[in-house]
Amino acid sequence: MSVVTGAEATAVYAPSAETLGAVLARGDRPRRPSAWAASVTFGWRAILKIKHVPEQLFDVTAFPIIMTLMFTYLFGGALAGSTEEYLQFLLPGIMVTSVVMITMYTGVGLNTDIERGVFDRFRSLPVWRPAALVGMIFGDVLRYILAATTITVVGLVLGFRPEGGLPGVLAGVGLLVVFSFAFSWVWTMFGLFLRSEKSVMGVSMLVLFPLTFLSNVFVDPATMPGWLQAFVKVNPITHLVAAVRSMMAGRWDLGEIVWVLAASAVFILIFGPLTMRLYNRK
Amino acid sequence: MSAPAIETSGLVKAFGANRAVDGVDLTVPTGTVYGLLGPNGAGKTTVVRMLATLLRPDGGQARVFGHDVLREADAVRARVSLTGQYASVDEDLTGTENLVLLARLLGHGRTAARERAARLLDAFGLTDAAARQVKKYSGGMRRRIDIAASILNTPDLLFLDEPTTGLDPRSRNQVWDIIRVVVANGTTVLLTTQYLDEADRLAGRIAVIDHGKVIAEGTPGSLKASIGAGTVHVRLRDTAQRDEAARLLAAALGTTVQQEADPAALTARAAGSGSERGAAEQASRALAALADAGIIVDDFSLGQPSLDEVFLALTDRPATHEVMA
Repeated sequence: MSVVTGAEATAVYAPSAETLGAVLARGDRPRRPSAWAASVTFGWRAILKIKHVPEQLFDVTAFPIIMTLMFTYLFGGALAGSTEEYLQFLLPGIMVTSVVMITMYTGVGLNTDIERGVFDRFRSLPVWRPAALVGMIFGDVLRYILAATTITVVGLVLGFRPEGGLPGVLAGVGLLVVFSFAFSWVWTMFGLFLRSEKSVMGVSMLVLFPLTFLSNVFVDPATMPGWLQAFVKVNPITHLVAAVRSMMAGRWDLGEIVWVLAASAVFILIFGPLTMRLYNRK
Repeated sequence: MSAPAIETSGLVKAFGANRAVDGVDLTVPTGTVYGLLGPNGAGKTTVVRMLATLLRPDGGQARVFGHDVLREADAVRARVSLTGQYASVDEDLTGTENLVLLARLLGHGRTAARERAARLLDAFGLTDAAARQVKKYSGGMRRRIDIAASILNTPDLLFLDEPTTGLDPRSRNQVWDIIRVVVANGTTVLLTTQYLDEADRLAGRIAVIDHGKVIAEGTPGSLKASIGAGTVHVRLRDTAQRDEAARLLAAALGTTVQQEADPAALTARAAGSGSERGAAEQASRALAALADAGIIVDDFSLGQPSLDEVFLALTDRPATHEVMA
């Protein structure tokens, strides 16, 4: 007995004027989706990609765990007398460091994605132009939340006891995610501007290492030489860490929180338009 | 009033010092297949990308259904669809996911998007592959999902950029059939191709493009007629007589004679007086000349020039063979 397999059945496809004609009939066109709806749809695309390639979640889970463990046990004894003591200070900072470092994958991902033909189709659709990129970053926001959750869990297991309780931790993670969403636009710009994935990686590292390490994440800036303190003071990561720390500790520092929100707005206002300029020219 | 589907004048796009498109004038009437024919690097894709609002022209004008591609880009985008040279669907997603995604972006609700996707997959024979990632599709299936994605909202103008490059003959025939149905339903198609045969079969009019310029334009028939009335192919029994035969043919036909790779074969254009009758007469005289000289002819034919020969005549170099390698 012969069995017609799926492959054979599709191989003998013969276009039928009738069925094709039926799908080609011109009906009423739906209304153009709103900017928000289009962005959310592109966000759904990002989630589908995670579903099909779950390995890409490795860097948002394994990397934060390694960072947390490494620095807690490396510096804890020397800097705070005990690892548990140090963890109370370090955890919000290491969370910020890990998540901000993960933002660079937005640029790397865009750089590889944009070279594929599918972006030609997206760009020839009559939808709000930035939607494809905003949606992509929506997908990345999920990754940021996953990384932050992973670090929180690891921290709790190791003995992190935030005085701000659940609301403080949630609010801290929330602020971090808002900042990371804004900061991602720096990388979308580089992702469009630079020619290869490798150069995007290179530039990201060059920016991110000094930005995260030359801050108040690991040690109190008071111990640093004056010129370095000057840089640390204007580093947005310092302010972000101070704000997140204050929220998780239950002593909300409104000044720092407002500073971070303002910085986020500035990042979007500068790098959003720059990104769109490059995107439209690509 | 109805504007032509496409109207360009003096369209220019330069990449550095290279003028990829160098002053292209095109008028594409609605409801037809218009062929843009040329070898790799001729500028076909660049023209299409400018018309599809993906690339900004550096000079000249381009209008699609009367809308300027720069100033009224959104109005153009609402009426056109593009099937690019490389898969213009997301290869990581399944067939269904791709179509639902695009349907949602075009404004269809959740249910309507699913329905539309299912109907399209069915019409394109992809129902069995609906839940499979596109990267696992064969070349022919990939092209079909690409075209299906382009007609989610039936476009008034469809750009097909080399839709059959790299396909096996059966898949190529399927794509041709699909294009014919699409046009029959009122969509104008701009087809780029490096296959002369393809343009000949599908297109009502053809623009031959080379080095960013249109070097000839017209119906396939008129292009052929402008070159010469016909081509004489001769196969000799004795290969040793080929030089002698070539000399006699050249004298009788008044043109140069090409020696084919086959050592017994000769090809010549019967320039004639332009009419077919003249060519036939010339050809029979040439045959008589060969017979008088005692040269035995095993095979003889008088054919219309192929578009390949058209290209050769227009540019003094072969069009496609370097590309096929």
